[in-house]
Amino acid sequence: MEMKDFIEHFVEQFDETPSVEVSPQTHHHEMDEWSSMIALSVMAMIDEEYDVQIKADEMRNSKTVQDLYDIVQSYLNK
Amino acid sequence: MAIIKFHNVGITAMSACVPSKVVSNRDLGYLIPEDEIEKTINNIGIEERRIADDDVCASDLCYKAAKQLMEDNNIDPASIDVLLFMSQTADYRIPATAPLLQHRLCLSKNTCCIDLSLGCSGFVFALSTAFAYASMEGVNRVLLLDGETFSKICNKRDKVDWPLYGDGATATLIEKGDFEESTFILKSDGSGANAVIIPNGGMRNPTTADSLIETAREEGNIRNDLEIYMDGMEVFNFAMSVVPKGVKEIAKETGTTLDDIDWLVFHQANKFMTDFFAKRLKFNMEKVPYCIHKYGNTSSTSVPLTIVSELKDKLKKGDQVVMCGFGAGLSWGTARVVFGDCKISPVIEY
Repeated sequence: MEMKDFIEHFVEQFDETPSVEVSPQTHHHEMDEWSSMIALSVMAMIDEEYDVQIKADEMRNSKTVQDLYDIVQSYLNK
Repeated sequence: MAIIKFHNVGITAMSACVPSKVVSNRDLGYLIPEDEIEKTINNIGIEERRIADDDVCASDLCYKAAKQLMEDNNIDPASIDVLLFMSQTADYRIPATAPLLQHRLCLSKNTCCIDLSLGCSGFVFALSTAFAYASMEGVNRVLLLDGETFSKICNKRDKVDWPLYGDGATATLIEKGDFEESTFILKSDGSGANAVIIPNGGMRNPTTADSLIETAREEGNIRNDLEIYMDGMEVFNFAMSVVPKGVKEIAKETGTTLDDIDWLVFHQANKFMTDFFAKRLKFNMEKVPYCIHKYGNTSSTSVPLTIVSELKDKLKKGDQVVMCGFGAGLSWGTARVVFGDCKISPVIEY
């Protein structure tokens, strides 16, 4: 899994946020467009692209895109 | 493992009744910022819902649906052997509601009457119960009434739940006859009990004065402990991991392919979620009926309500219908039913 691809998939879940605005250090909960539906979209994307089902608490507790990436990576390493 | 097969029983008639009062999600400005309302409606797929009046219960809606079904099909009340009432919004704690409906519907005192209680998975489980009774010697006709009034257990200032839930009821007649095999796969996981819960009011946490105190909860949602809480993200996650798999499993179990399914009827949870399942299955969206835009999420009622409201003039003899229910419990079930001659009455209003 590449961070570049992960960010690309991540940004696809938004309507108005351009990919240049998102980096591993982005705090997604603070993004203008962030909402509970976007959170579900991101979970669905992770399920679809990586066949990983992250837990609701993992989604809620993650602060940055890097955190999310690390969670997915930890499942892939299992 | 609960994989159940039935022979020579099937659904012969269906009807539905919804409250006449329409509540539009466009009027939720007090709960959701105005500029986000359209987006929310698009995401959840719910424009409006039906809400029962204060003095109307799920059983009242069921009564009307049942009367319609019996009238449209000339059903002699004395010919009903079993009456099942599937609901989590029953009339009383005691007695069960099914006997009350037996009396109101003028069914015989020889009728076996039982209440069943499950969340959004309820219809699939209740249908398997109805099929089981109908398979037994001594039973020819089972009337399954499935009705919910979640508007009564949901706080209007809870932005997770209030935009979703609507009220409604259905009646389904199950009989012995020349039907193809039906298959049910029923599953449960009580470790997820807290994902959808009304914490007080049962014996575990009896009602106290505190139960009625409204407080601000997660993300500012307001409710008391006698009202429904749902961890939307947890439920989404759960459903994502079991629902598409359940559809594949039932196809495998019945030696069929996903292409053989004529209608895939999901519990109308929210459109975003079920669209995702269909996409995940690469399933033809034209064969996935929705009534969520006009009735919202009616919990266990949503599967039969979708069939009555959307497939009334489309369902043909021989059609393979796969039904998926999933929700509180956690509980989920998938059923494949091949329809024979089934008379579907139009949706009526209370």
